[in-house]
Amino acid sequence: MLEAISQNRFAVVAVILFGIGLLNIMLQQNLLKKVVGFSIMDSAVFLLLASLGYIEGHGAPIVEEGSVNASLYINPIPSGLVLTGIVVSVSVTAFSLALIQRIYRHYGTIELRELLERAKKEED
Amino acid sequence: MRPFYENLPFICIFIAIMCGVLSAVIQDGRKVYRLALMMTAVIAVLSVVLLYFLYIEDVSFVYSMGRFAAPYGNAIKAGPLQALLATAFAIVMGLSLLGGGHSLFQDILPEKQGLYFAVTDLLMAGLLALVYTNDMFTGYVFIEITTIAACAMVMAKDTGPNLIATIRYLFMSLLGSGLFLIGLTLLNSATGYLLMEPLAKAVAILAELGQYQRPLVVSIGLMVVGLGIKGAMFPFHLWLPDAHGGATTSSSAILSGLVLKGYIVLLITLMTRVFGLQLMRKVGVSNILLTLGLLGMIFGSLAAMREYHVKRMLANSSVAQIGYIFMGLGLGTEAGVAAACFHILVHAACKPLLFICAGRLSTVSGHHRSLKNLRGSAYRDVAAGVGFTVGALSMIGIPLLGGFVSKLYLSEAALESPFMAVVLLTIAASTVLNALYYVPAILAIWVRPAWEEVRFIMLDVKPEDMRFDRLFFIADAVFIFLIFLLGIIYHPILNVIRAGIRLM
Repeated sequence: MLEAISQNRFAVVAVILFGIGLLNIMLQQNLLKKVVGFSIMDSAVFLLLASLGYIEGHGAPIVEEGSVNASLYINPIPSGLVLTGIVVSVSVTAFSLALIQRIYRHYGTIELRELLERAKKEED
Repeated sequence: MRPFYENLPFICIFIAIMCGVLSAVIQDGRKVYRLALMMTAVIAVLSVVLLYFLYIEDVSFVYSMGRFAAPYGNAIKAGPLQALLATAFAIVMGLSLLGGGHSLFQDILPEKQGLYFAVTDLLMAGLLALVYTNDMFTGYVFIEITTIAACAMVMAKDTGPNLIATIRYLFMSLLGSGLFLIGLTLLNSATGYLLMEPLAKAVAILAELGQYQRPLVVSIGLMVVGLGIKGAMFPFHLWLPDAHGGATTSSSAILSGLVLKGYIVLLITLMTRVFGLQLMRKVGVSNILLTLGLLGMIFGSLAAMREYHVKRMLANSSVAQIGYIFMGLGLGTEAGVAAACFHILVHAACKPLLFICAGRLSTVSGHHRSLKNLRGSAYRDVAAGVGFTVGALSMIGIPLLGGFVSKLYLSEAALESPFMAVVLLTIAASTVLNALYYVPAILAIWVRPAWEEVRFIMLDVKPEDMRFDRLFFIADAVFIFLIFLLGIIYHPILNVIRAGIRLM
């Protein structure tokens, strides 16, 4: 049991982090905390993705002149995906933060429940 | 020497991205508007050329991007279906911008107009990439680009309720893309590939050997649910009415008509090219799609019936129409997928028409949105009234109009299914429900109310709003023509779709 956990330690941590992130998104009413939840959730996915391409004891896939021996390096594709994923996640976070700022200027609050009530009133 | 037309998909995506960048630099709303219209026209023409060659030669091709050969690297794959969808997307995008142009320049702050068109150009690039991509991760990246662009289009009309609708839309979308990414990760770790062809081979081998069954099922499920959330599949549609109903007319038209379809097209590509319909049926995902589609058809219509705000009514009706598409996919047969593709085209023609007509009718009624205040508005702009009527009748499924043909083919596809009775009954019930809210809406705009009732509304109407809107009239006429085209000359279009699915 313990051995299984230690072998899959990255996956276990990723699942826990993902759970924390998802709970934050579902339960928090504060928009900012929801965004933090998304960040945690994304990190969990990146951790899982990066750990899948990691091979114990192998180096970073930077090819030096002349020597190309694939067995020395970790799998570069998941690392590349994580990099792209981080870029995507950063831009999405920036967009949501800008949006939240705009909402705060408009309503003076970022509690979702309150905002929904206000919006409903505004429409009637 | 490979033929030149193989460069066209890449050129289309590239043009769209370049126009987006240029628009952000130019900033002048009117100029950029013209640039965006020209871009959609050019992309439509190029895609038609591509469609012609691919259909005549009956081929599809893989176009690798960059220096790395398969099974690594990145690639585009285009066949007749992709070219057809790209053509339709470009045409609908252009017409939606044309039809909603008048209110666009009223709703958006002058200094933000240039950026709005930068966003629409990038959205076009995102949609084209979702249609053409042959690489799962590129798919994911463009899902996110499309999401951000779509959210920016909702919040372009800077009112409080719109901002809140945007944030809800954004959160739901992010959840969807998060799930898609996990599914992708699991699939990649089980197979080691991201390009769709090697992936499909690896998945087929895994399915045959019975290895990694659980990760495979989980990853298929996560991807389908992720794309389902973004495509407004039934229980995940709650963000849609506010986001689509509140935005400015062009945004609503593009969001309902195209953005939802972009994700669904990617789902279709996954189902047919990567997993295969047989595997989808075997693991039971097809049945889930079918059930949720059927529920969406009923509940979307019920929600639309309760709505008095005309644009939110149309948005809720989109949920029902998306239900038809998911139902077609859920049948798990090629006939079902073909019918779903046809319905994508029909809905992409009808819903933007309804939105731009509703926008125009509300403009000539002092920007009132509730159906009560739109009474008799069709007489103030007859073209908009006719457009609304044609679109609504097509959604109900009157013969000679596009909606009839897609319902016909969906029903025909259902005949082979073990759930024939349920599906046919739901289609019938949903048609009645559609009629129950579209017919009163048509009557409302065409029945002339007593003058005392409209007098107060007419006080709000500015004289410049009543002027003949030429651009709207063109868009309106072309959309009506397209709906009749889909309803009368449907055999060639279905042949293209079938060839496309065969050559997926």
